Amino acid sequence: MEHVPMTAAQPAIVLSGIAKWYGTRDRPVHALSSTDLSVGEGEFVVLLGPSGCGKTTLLRMVGGLIAPTSGRLTVEGQLLWQGEQRRPEAVSELGMVFQDANLFPWLSIEDNIALPLELKGMARAERRMKAHELCRLVGIGGFERRWPRELSGGMRQRAAIARALSYDPKILLMDEPFGALDAMTRDAMNLELQSIWMDTGKTIILVTHSISEAVFLADRIVLLSPRPGKIDTIVDVPIPRPRRSDVQSMAAFQDIALALRQRLAAIS
Amino acid sequence: MSDLAPVGTPPSDVLARRQGLREGLLPWITTPILLGALIGLWHAYVKWSGISHFILPAPADVWTEWLRLMTNPRGWNHTYWTLYATLAGFGWAIIIGVGLGVAIARVRWLELTLNPFIVATQVIPKVALVPLFVVWFGFGVTSKVIVAAVLAFFPILTNTVLGVKSIDEGHRDVMTSLNATRWQIFRRLELPSALPYIITGLEVGIVLAIIGAIVGEYLGGNLGLGRMLIERMNAFEMDEMFAILIHMSMLGFLLYFSIGILRRLLIPWHGSARR
Repeated sequence: MEHVPMTAAQPAIVLSGIAKWYGTRDRPVHALSSTDLSVGEGEFVVLLGPSGCGKTTLLRMVGGLIAPTSGRLTVEGQLLWQGEQRRPEAVSELGMVFQDANLFPWLSIEDNIALPLELKGMARAERRMKAHELCRLVGIGGFERRWPRELSGGMRQRAAIARALSYDPKILLMDEPFGALDAMTRDAMNLELQSIWMDTGKTIILVTHSISEAVFLADRIVLLSPRPGKIDTIVDVPIPRPRRSDVQSMAAFQDIALALRQRLAAIS
Repeated sequence: MSDLAPVGTPPSDVLARRQGLREGLLPWITTPILLGALIGLWHAYVKWSGISHFILPAPADVWTEWLRLMTNPRGWNHTYWTLYATLAGFGWAIIIGVGLGVAIARVRWLELTLNPFIVATQVIPKVALVPLFVVWFGFGVTSKVIVAAVLAFFPILTNTVLGVKSIDEGHRDVMTSLNATRWQIFRRLELPSALPYIITGLEVGIVLAIIGAIVGEYLGGNLGLGRMLIERMNAFEMDEMFAILIHMSMLGFLLYFSIGILRRLLIPWHGSARR
């Protein structure tokens, strides 16, 4: 299971001079100063930083949820923002997973997972089949007919990942997806996410404030500093895959984690 | 490790529901007992106090009258007209209340513009307007339909506004990131999300609709249970008047429980439907 990152000709995501100001003209807040970043096809990039560093803002701009104040953002070679206007054709290659699973409580698990397909007009039987397949992929097979409230937090988050994968976007954007889970479930989910990523070959950008999660998952860690948010350092994580849970005791892992911890202490 | 729980074990939620089922049986036992005790007390009071038949009739006499009412086609005709006025008024209240509610919740200037008028329609004692409606719309069923609609409209409107405004921002993000159209957002997110609130509005609204219809009948026309009740009262036929009162209450219960059934059918996923 050799994983070859970003040798493709065209990067999956390119940010050039992307900046964000919030608030009114009288009292503007500088959320993110001019940022350049390029994410390769199939790469796993983690955005790490203290609160207020603009990492969620950055992800939501890439996800088409908030418009950048300035700069140019392309997804799979397509311009995402035309001024304040989002270009729908560029969004179709993006799948988002949020900190809350955000499942619709009135839909069964399978209907939640198939919601994007329903919006695209896929026939019911075909949707169902796809949903069952995805349930197995994310490890919640057998729960297709349950209501979201009948599932644990970890299982709900698995369903949310399945929903984001349902229409097979090339890119997965994850905003602290395991932030609300307990430590044990979180470790299990990290392993699971790594194997999903290796199986599907998606490009993933994941936001977290957990150093160990960042080092465990990332090809590359983008460390952001606050006030205003900007990229501080970019750290490569050359630990081979698949990484097992005991990778945390490796010297390479601990060196990177320690360096990040010291840098984080310095900037926040 | 709840995440990895084996598939065969029912989640705690299912167990809780079974518990709820056993608890749900309690009212079916206590209600008949309490009702029986109440009727017994009533019977005893009438029997021992020597109270006039024109003030409080004996339960047995009321029962006889009620049976007669139920077998009397005239009684059913009056029931039909009251039910008609209630449901027609309720229907209009739903159409206007939900429609206007969705519009108000989405369009800020519409809310600001209409709010004073909506509040005004509420603070005016509407029952006092019934004679006016009778003058404007006649002694027929139309004026009753309008009274029922005016009374039922407000709780449906306010609950719809609240429901559409309470939509989870995270859910909106999901629909936005999926490139959903405005219609899809309405049909797949806003409507189902607001439905529990709307149904709560309907529960209040249906009770007000029947009150509206009956009060409308009190004040004009010659049809409906309200009219029938006034006639019996004027004739000092207390047995029959009590029978009509009970008949009205049963109608109210029936309509209220129909909304409860609607709740279970439309929003089985919601906590309120699991009682």
